Amino acid sequence: MGSNGDGVSSKKVVFVTVGTTLFDALVRAVDTLEVKQDLYAKGYTHLLIQIGRGSYIPSRSSGGDGSIAVDYFTFSSSIAESLRSASLVISHAGSGSIFETLHLCKPLIVVVNEDLMDNHQVELAEELAERKHLFCARPQTLHQTIVSLNLGSLLPYPPGDAKPVAKLMNRYL
Amino acid sequence: MLMLMSVSIFGLSRVHAHVISVLSEGILTMRTVDEWFLSMLESNGVVILVVTVLTLIVLRLLFVIHRTGKPLRPTAVKPLSTLIVLGSGGHTAEMLNLLAALQKDRFYPRYYIAAATDNMSLQKARSFESSSDDEIFLRLVQMGKDKAEYMQIYRSREVGQSYITSVGTTLVAIAHALWLMIKIRPQVILCNGPGTCIPICGIAFLFKVLGIRWSTIFYVESIARVKRLSLSGLLLYKLRIADQLYVQWPQLQRKYPRSILVGCLM
Repeated sequence: MGSNGDGVSSKKVVFVTVGTTLFDALVRAVDTLEVKQDLYAKGYTHLLIQIGRGSYIPSRSSGGDGSIAVDYFTFSSSIAESLRSASLVISHAGSGSIFETLHLCKPLIVVVNEDLMDNHQVELAEELAERKHLFCARPQTLHQTIVSLNLGSLLPYPPGDAKPVAKLMNRYL
Repeated sequence: MLMLMSVSIFGLSRVHAHVISVLSEGILTMRTVDEWFLSMLESNGVVILVVTVLTLIVLRLLFVIHRTGKPLRPTAVKPLSTLIVLGSGGHTAEMLNLLAALQKDRFYPRYYIAAATDNMSLQKARSFESSSDDEIFLRLVQMGKDKAEYMQIYRSREVGQSYITSVGTTLVAIAHALWLMIKIRPQVILCNGPGTCIPICGIAFLFKVLGIRWSTIFYVESIARVKRLSLSGLLLYKLRIADQLYVQWPQLQRKYPRSILVGCLM
């Protein structure tokens, strides 16, 4: 999307995170040619994937000539750093990742893992999607979600507050 | 009364038997009646004892259930030893967020408990404890009121473990929880979801019944629970073990009317 004035073409990073375990279906969905092309068409230049303990390894690519650059890592102590540098985050449905991203006011697509047994995580993602704080997708619908991506429709998430409950506890004791 | 009467009758008959060597049939009959009466009373005594003990236990149980959910007498500004049960990623972040809003000089010493297989949570708690750099905190350190301890607890069942072996590990986990609870005897227990809080809260309830320690149990349901309580939350709610059960979403509060809506913590 143009240059940022000093001659270096601006870098727009999509950061994908699977959290502390694994979510191969998400990594595989992101690594498809159509998703990568869609992201590039939307102006994103770099795709950084945190794959966790997953066994599916995406193909690295240095990008250029009409394709997105792809890189991946397994785990890192500086996930926050990657989140901060991202222009779009595609995340698993863990509440930790969701709120860390929302607090940084980054556009977020949450991909629900349907292979999990007790899948209560859908509840949170769908509730926040209904309130227009993020987009909610499945691995097989991620492609459509990206095609119809309209970041302008998202509302900022007002940070929560633990003071009311702390006050209630104090009053109770 | 009955007991006294029978003893006196029995005593009398023994004296008579000793003094009067010629036995009349009447006294003989009286003695056998006495013995029968006494053995009856003895077995009745056991029954009465058992009934009394059971009644006392039931009464105590009802009292504890009745008192659970009602605030304690104002303990003024006395510090409260606090046990904090940490879980995996999201749970721990929520708990530390809550702790940041609580007064550190009221809730101390703080005991952090995490699963034995979870190395991240205690590390996060440690950095949370040492990150408070405000003046109040530094004054607390000087007064020795920044006390925090960290311990790990065996989990009853790891993800993917077979159900047969989990019987043994559950027993070990309960014994370990009991040991930790005897050592800590916290006045306040804070938990927000992980399964490790169930044995701890169960033991805390037992301690209430036995009169060992009255721990106030605060359960804050995770923000990830929008429509249904987690299994831990549901157990503590249904069994009325939690004194206060807080939820973060209105639809959840409507479904569980005894819960308290506190809005999003994250």
